[in-house]
Amino acid sequence: MLHEILIAGFGGQGVMSMGQLLAYAGMIENKQVSWLPSYGPEQRGGTANVSVIVSDKPIGSPVISRPSAAIVLNNPSFEKYEPLVMPGGVLISNSSLIDRKSRRTDITVIEVPASEIANQMGDPKVANSVILGAFLEFSKVVSPEAVIESLKKVLSSKNQHLIPLNQAALEKGAEIVLQGV
Amino acid sequence: MGKVLMKGNEVIAEAAVQADCKYFFGYPITPQSELVAYMARRLPEVGGLFLQAESEVAAINMVYGAASAGVRVMTSSSSPGISLKQEGISYLVGAELPAVIVNVMRGGPGLGSIQPGQADYFQATKGGGHGDYRIPVLAPSSLQEIVDLMQAAFDMADRYRTPVLLLGDGMLGQMMEPVEFPEKQDLDLPAKDWATTGTRGDGERKITNSLRLDPADLEVHNNHLQQKYATITKNEVRYEMYLTDDADYIFVAYGTVARIVKSAIQKAREKGIKAGLIRPITLWPFPELPFLETRDRVKAYLTVEMSAGQMVEDVRLAVNGRKPVHFYGRTGGMVPDSDEILAQLTQLAGGEQ
Repeated sequence: MLHEILIAGFGGQGVMSMGQLLAYAGMIENKQVSWLPSYGPEQRGGTANVSVIVSDKPIGSPVISRPSAAIVLNNPSFEKYEPLVMPGGVLISNSSLIDRKSRRTDITVIEVPASEIANQMGDPKVANSVILGAFLEFSKVVSPEAVIESLKKVLSSKNQHLIPLNQAALEKGAEIVLQGV
Repeated sequence: MGKVLMKGNEVIAEAAVQADCKYFFGYPITPQSELVAYMARRLPEVGGLFLQAESEVAAINMVYGAASAGVRVMTSSSSPGISLKQEGISYLVGAELPAVIVNVMRGGPGLGSIQPGQADYFQATKGGGHGDYRIPVLAPSSLQEIVDLMQAAFDMADRYRTPVLLLGDGMLGQMMEPVEFPEKQDLDLPAKDWATTGTRGDGERKITNSLRLDPADLEVHNNHLQQKYATITKNEVRYEMYLTDDADYIFVAYGTVARIVKSAIQKAREKGIKAGLIRPITLWPFPELPFLETRDRVKAYLTVEMSAGQMVEDVRLAVNGRKPVHFYGRTGGMVPDSDEILAQLTQLAGGEQ
């Protein structure tokens, strides 16, 4: 089992946090994990990406050249990483924010209107949890339970009330994949 | 304390605290600023002192002062800032003061880039500042290894009365991995009876000094330092050998690049090329033994660095012309990936068949 996951978007979209949740959840499940951010002179609005590896063997390179999964949250990230996804891999996009379509036939493409779903749920900030839910349902990298467990540890005490909403968002994302949209 | 997910820079800082480092003087610079920030928050919790100096030069001289008083002290920076510290490091060596210095390397020369690099190898291992000296250089390749090596760094500093350099790069500083901090072990270290903590009328005046105007006196001091380096070379060499037993080709790489090379080795073996790795953990003293052991049975060595070719010179000295030593490097903050390293090996293996 080796998952090489690349998450990319604008700075401030929660790219780093999403990666951290995956890495944390992997650690909870006693898997080997690494988390490597891009750290250029970037700030809110600039581009950001993070490489997360979850494996059952010790991790060699934390650098990912051909991701087995790419999660893209904006058009520039789609353009950059869509061609790099390993054949047989998966590309997941927030289709509320991305108008590009993949023409590749050798990968699975999952379009999740995550921002629309999050808005319907009353909080645009849970869009990443919707995406993550879809990714976890498809890939089974870690269990949603481990992600919730990670959220409990990462969120400060005053934000613990957000956990049920995020749990619901993960489930919404999973539904998208189960329905085969 | 179970496993925690931490950033490399924070691991360096916490590992230093766990190794009883109580004093830190530094100045922020990317990609190691989290280390400074962590120390600012953490040291007061353990009764220590954090001070952000006005410059790197000031910081290393504060280290000189604190080390003179016999406490465990550290400073950290990234490449351009480490260049500024070189005068102070030479003074620490001259006065035989223990301290730990961390360099989270970035691309150079000059202000260079803020991306990972390994172009400070020469500076780290060949003296760096003026005068005839070496300092132990430890190069971790995972966050867990930082924990072990940081303890070793402080212990070596105290045991040999020398500055010790922990050499990482921006990738190591910025990445996260789970780490565990083991229970501390008591070590049998010599008492710091030289520390300038006041004599209270019970003995000779204690002085820490690197100035010796009498050349005969200074030569005696230099001979003493060289003897110390011979002892360190005898006792402190560390390295890892990975899949070298049956290897036709042996990579040589350190730090984060060694991890990328390990991924390339897995791919090479799937293709039927028997490759292995010698990973120096101490860059000075440089491990010669693994080369003496392997140089008669391998076809060639391939050194991979994020530099234009620095450690490769030490590899060539150790191999001593017995086998070809090839080099592949990226510079400026560019990180090689396992596929391009594999391509280098494939070309090498194909070219010799």
